[in-house]
Amino acid sequence: MPIYRIRAAEVARVWGSGEEEPVREKSVPGLDEDSLTMAYEAAREALEMSGVERSEVGAVLVGSESPPYAVKPSATVIAEALGLTPRVVAIDMEFACKAGTTAMILAAGLVASGAIKHGLAIGTDNAQARPGDELEYTAGAGAAAYLVSGDSDRLLAVLEYACSYVTDTPDFWRREGERYPRHAYRFTGAPAYFNHIVGAAKGLMEEAGLKPSDFDYVVFHQPNVKFPLRAAQMLGFKPEQVKPGLLSGEIGNTYAAASLIGLARVLDAAKPNQRILVVSFGSGAGSDAISLVTTENVGKKRSSLERLLSRKVYVDYGLYAKMKGILGVA
Amino acid sequence: MVWAESVPRVWRERAKKYRLLGGKCPACGSAVYPHRQVCPYCGSEGLQLVELPRKGRVISYTVIRHPPSDFVGKEPYVVAIVELEGGARVLAQLTDVKPEEVREGMEVEAVFRRYREQSPDGIIEYGIKFRPAH
Amino acid sequence: MKRVFIVGAGATKVGEHWDRSLRDLAVEALLAAVRDAGIDKRDVQALYVGNMMSGELQGQEHLGALVATWAGMAGVAAFKVEAACASGGAALHQAYLAVASGLYDCVAVVGVEKMTDALPHDVTSALLTAEDQEYVVFAGATFVGLNALVYRMYMSRYGVKQEDVARFAVHCHKMAVNNPYAQFRREVTLEEVMSSPPIADPIRLLECAPVGDGAAALVLCNEDFLKRSPRDVLVEVAGSAVATDILSVHERRDPLAMAGFRKAAEAAMKRAGIEAKDVDVLEVHDAFTVLGALTLEALGYAPPGKGWQLVAEGQVEPGGEIPTNTMGGLKARGHPVGGTGVYQVFDIVRQLRGEADANQVEGAEIGLAQNLGGVAGTVAVHVLRRVR
Repeated sequence: MPIYRIRAAEVARVWGSGEEEPVREKSVPGLDEDSLTMAYEAAREALEMSGVERSEVGAVLVGSESPPYAVKPSATVIAEALGLTPRVVAIDMEFACKAGTTAMILAAGLVASGAIKHGLAIGTDNAQARPGDELEYTAGAGAAAYLVSGDSDRLLAVLEYACSYVTDTPDFWRREGERYPRHAYRFTGAPAYFNHIVGAAKGLMEEAGLKPSDFDYVVFHQPNVKFPLRAAQMLGFKPEQVKPGLLSGEIGNTYAAASLIGLARVLDAAKPNQRILVVSFGSGAGSDAISLVTTENVGKKRSSLERLLSRKVYVDYGLYAKMKGILGVA
Repeated sequence: MVWAESVPRVWRERAKKYRLLGGKCPACGSAVYPHRQVCPYCGSEGLQLVELPRKGRVISYTVIRHPPSDFVGKEPYVVAIVELEGGARVLAQLTDVKPEEVREGMEVEAVFRRYREQSPDGIIEYGIKFRPAH
Repeated sequence: MKRVFIVGAGATKVGEHWDRSLRDLAVEALLAAVRDAGIDKRDVQALYVGNMMSGELQGQEHLGALVATWAGMAGVAAFKVEAACASGGAALHQAYLAVASGLYDCVAVVGVEKMTDALPHDVTSALLTAEDQEYVVFAGATFVGLNALVYRMYMSRYGVKQEDVARFAVHCHKMAVNNPYAQFRREVTLEEVMSSPPIADPIRLLECAPVGDGAAALVLCNEDFLKRSPRDVLVEVAGSAVATDILSVHERRDPLAMAGFRKAAEAAMKRAGIEAKDVDVLEVHDAFTVLGALTLEALGYAPPGKGWQLVAEGQVEPGGEIPTNTMGGLKARGHPVGGTGVYQVFDIVRQLRGEADANQVEGAEIGLAQNLGGVAGTVAVHVLRRVR
């Protein structure tokens, strides 16, 4: 999580919509940060926390829609920097804000098949938004990483079910060569975010024979503060189940990292034997619903998230524009 | 540009720059960064390859306000001599800190950051910077 | 080893010579030195061109043949000698060795740099070729920045105020007023220095040697040559030594130790049969003011941390205990990088010949020049003695 923040009110000072701001503030990457550097820091922390031998990490799966290169993988740089090369499955993946949870599902598949012992699943983004567009209030930056493993003694939580739900729904896109993405405004709501979140969550609960009250926590993809709360209501979850994993108000929408960062907050607070539902949503569109049950180990380790959230330096719109590259390269 | 734009060089250096790989001299015990064959202090050969500790303190620092070509647009930024635990000294940028907050003796920790691009369409060079430890 | 003498000296003014190229400047200084020596240019058997950045700034290497050709001396043995900002001193050392060996009787050395053709941040980048490109330049350090690290350590270790260190610049400007070759010939006040913009904290603009163009040249010969071409006034190169230090200042156990300088100075003084106290005129490589204090201390003129006091007390003026940079030094006379090592000796030669006018040090007999490359990664020290 970068140290810098910009308040939505500061964005409004420049672009002034007069409407209620969708978040209080969002994270802004420093001049020397990008989705790759953030991904590395998260992955490094996950690896250290796990205590797993580097040579036994068999995969690095990086989900992002804002890699530093249009063509050249981040996964190889991260794998190199972590000392995991050369015998490792590495891939960069794109599916908007769903790429991180899909990385987790695929890593789990590689582990479950016996192809690898442990795999790193990372969601990371330095989200770009057109200056003055409503998405500029929320387009944030951050990364989260999980060490997915079959080593049951060390697990903090067990991945029990996953359900993916996708359709061709063009709610948000960026054409090749274009600098900023476009979105379809209110169309991104019901046909996109809510349809897929509900589809994936219901699909998982049906398959697993679970109901909302079986879960202690639910983490939704969080492009703002309102959508996750409404999704919870639509599915029959209570606000108390959603709020612990809802961070968008203070860091904005961290895109491929969003639901995974929410999950980290929940894991830091959870007790053993609690059930967590994570439902991501990526434009284009699709949702992954993943349910996890915490183990006895969960209270023993905490991530750096609280520390990262508390270290904040506010910037004004001018500095923000410089950091996001809106002002162009010197 | 007057500095050495090169793809092979970046590839050659990546392990040392990404993972803070240094050398420990078997003869005089000195720790150096980066790793190299010969100890600069005693001249002995055969330095051991080690991943250096990622924590240290600031020995001295300066604020660069007139950068060279490849860092134009990034100023002002802080460059410091960081002494790592174990004694190896590194010359690196400090980050996530305001210049006026830097102090000699400040405790810092290593982070992986983007240093520069070889050109607007060239490759990106990553490396280790340091931020305040607490 | 034969004794080595300087029989000719010439230089261009230091400044922004928009109308003159690197070869123009080098040839001007070289021919001036040859004329001053009263010799025929065909007497010169070898030419040493001290220069640091011709490759980066002019896209030009092979300076030996280039300068020889444009000076009408093609055929002579000629070389470019590079040791960062000590290129001039290093070239002079090579010239000294050539003549001392007896293989050549008469040689010329010209130090030259043409800095103003390039954009400022490209000059900054070119100067950084003096430092470790892969691990120091990579971090975005500048040459000023590396010296600033030393400056801060100096102030912290000895509890010295920046004003006291910065006063060295005021002194140099005062000296340059009477030097027609100097780039800046106006005095500056301490207030002006301390309020000039910071370049790399704590170093301020007026504590840094300027960017400029210039060339200085010397003709050296040995006793054999003098037999054929005697003269009344004679300056001897009594000592010439070069030493290196660990290249990167942050890797040195003590970044303030100036180990390279101490080694070269000791060797040159020993060769000359003198001690530091015998020096009448001193040329300090004041690329930054802190080098003034550090050098005075390294030579033992003041205890560690007290070098600045000599400046405050006026001991560095022509009438003081250790007249220093009496022609303005790098700060005010200028620092066309590859030329500086030769300019320093040119300035001492004028003192020893009694040609220093208002800045004359009475009875000056022995001079010492300190030429630093990088953050003193290479040091060339020359000791000169007036023989007659």
